Amino acid sequence: MNKRVLMKGNEVIAEAAVRAGCRHYFGYPITPQTEIMHYMARRMVEAGGVMVQAESEVAAINMVYGASAAGARVLTTSSSPGISLKQEGFSYIAGAELPAVVVNIVRGGPGLGGILPAQGDYFQATKGGGHGDYRNIVLAPASVQELYELTVEAFNLADRYRMLTMILGDGTLGQMMEPVAFREEEPIDSSDKPWAVTGFKAAEREHNTIQSIYIEADDLEALNNRLQDKYQIIRQQEVRSEQVNCENADVIVAAFGTCSRICRNVIRDAAALGIHVGLVRPITLWPFPDAAVVSAADQSSVQAVLTVELNAGQMVEDVRLAVNGLKPVYFHGRTGGNMPTQKEILDKIRSIVGR
Amino acid sequence: MEMTVLIAGFGGQGVLSAGKFVATAALMEGREVSWLPSYGPEMRGGTANCSIILSDQSIGSPILNQTDVLIALNNPSLDKFSPMVKSGGLIIVDESLVKSVPNRQDVRLIAIPASDMASEAGNMTFATVILLGAFSACTSSIQRETFEKALLESLPERHHHLIPQEMDLFDQGAAYAGQS
Repeated sequence: MNKRVLMKGNEVIAEAAVRAGCRHYFGYPITPQTEIMHYMARRMVEAGGVMVQAESEVAAINMVYGASAAGARVLTTSSSPGISLKQEGFSYIAGAELPAVVVNIVRGGPGLGGILPAQGDYFQATKGGGHGDYRNIVLAPASVQELYELTVEAFNLADRYRMLTMILGDGTLGQMMEPVAFREEEPIDSSDKPWAVTGFKAAEREHNTIQSIYIEADDLEALNNRLQDKYQIIRQQEVRSEQVNCENADVIVAAFGTCSRICRNVIRDAAALGIHVGLVRPITLWPFPDAAVVSAADQSSVQAVLTVELNAGQMVEDVRLAVNGLKPVYFHGRTGGNMPTQKEILDKIRSIVGR
Repeated sequence: MEMTVLIAGFGGQGVLSAGKFVATAALMEGREVSWLPSYGPEMRGGTANCSIILSDQSIGSPILNQTDVLIALNNPSLDKFSPMVKSGGLIIVDESLVKSVPNRQDVRLIAIPASDMASEAGNMTFATVILLGAFSACTSSIQRETFEKALLESLPERHHHLIPQEMDLFDQGAAYAGQS
């Protein structure tokens, strides 16, 4: 590891992408993530890559489709309203089985909303947003160091499974500075892409095509079956989460990203009152870490599960599905860019345990 | 040991940079740090602030609900954030710009005419360095030489010739705090 340097979350995402071998960036500016694009404008020149400020988010995601089809490691980034505009492209990328990395530094919605941090795009990110039966891998970092590591990992996952991998952050993570230590060398998977459209080389291989249109029912069903098989493998192999202080807890809190950091402080606050709080932090939002939630919730000491989010209650639905009636599941959330305070969360926990 | 610092003022006063100097210096001293700016629809003349946490342990939430230290460079910031200062905490104000101070007997208040001193030195943006000198003297949270190194690392090279003068003002801020 190199020495730790102080960097902004957004800039770390961009630097991580360059280190992961990304040489194609297409985007359109929007607060609170424009620093990614700003950084790329300079860094891509140094690295011999391409940074294009597209005419719109729709154009940017279709440039991603093109670059990915040609075998490039490619990135686009935006924030909530811009990510909505890209959804059609996400669906086409899923249908064409193209690798791509997308970063959503979430701001408050709906509509143009505001520019402050939120997690209101959880449903959109994990349940689709574009049309059709598809999934994206969704990673939820909680620190600047993790923004770096998961951005590199996103490129590996995207290439390994030929699918869109999203980093779901929020305005706080994008705007804050924390120390980050970069590795000397990144763990980059082989980027051999025999399927890429790199110009017809008759003597060397079959003609490659990239498409998401299948007119015949059997052909389209075959694609869907292939996608679902792939998603099943990902559910088995790529689930990640962190458990903090869960053993013999009175209450399990489930939270991701910035919200999980507020909850870390609540663990300490609750301990001072003699209440044992554990935290399950999903790192992959899709695939969701059901098993980690269940193993924490199913302890005899646990009275209830509390999900805390910067929205009106989205991940809590996945928590309820996982817990499946084993324990009561409560929710606390704030919206609009407001953050739940430690005291609010602690009060909710106290009302649950009755002390 | 964890210390939280909130630096607030008008956009353009160097509030965000001041926070960055503190965070950079603390990182150089081997501590954990976080720096979180306000990033609302700010503009020149609007308000700006940043929250810094310095800790010996990994940092949980970077968001402050209360703070050990407030450095306020204007009245609106002081009025808005002084209730967040913990009992026994520290408030440092730029007396040149702050006309009324909060009535709090439970905190230490240091008032320094930092903007007037900076103006005399020929550069208004030096005011934050004077206030950080006072912060350093009152809290012993960053060493003088580390702060100087942090300036060297954070400032673009074209401003490096100003660093000796800034350190002189840093010392004046520290001395001022020592007397009050």
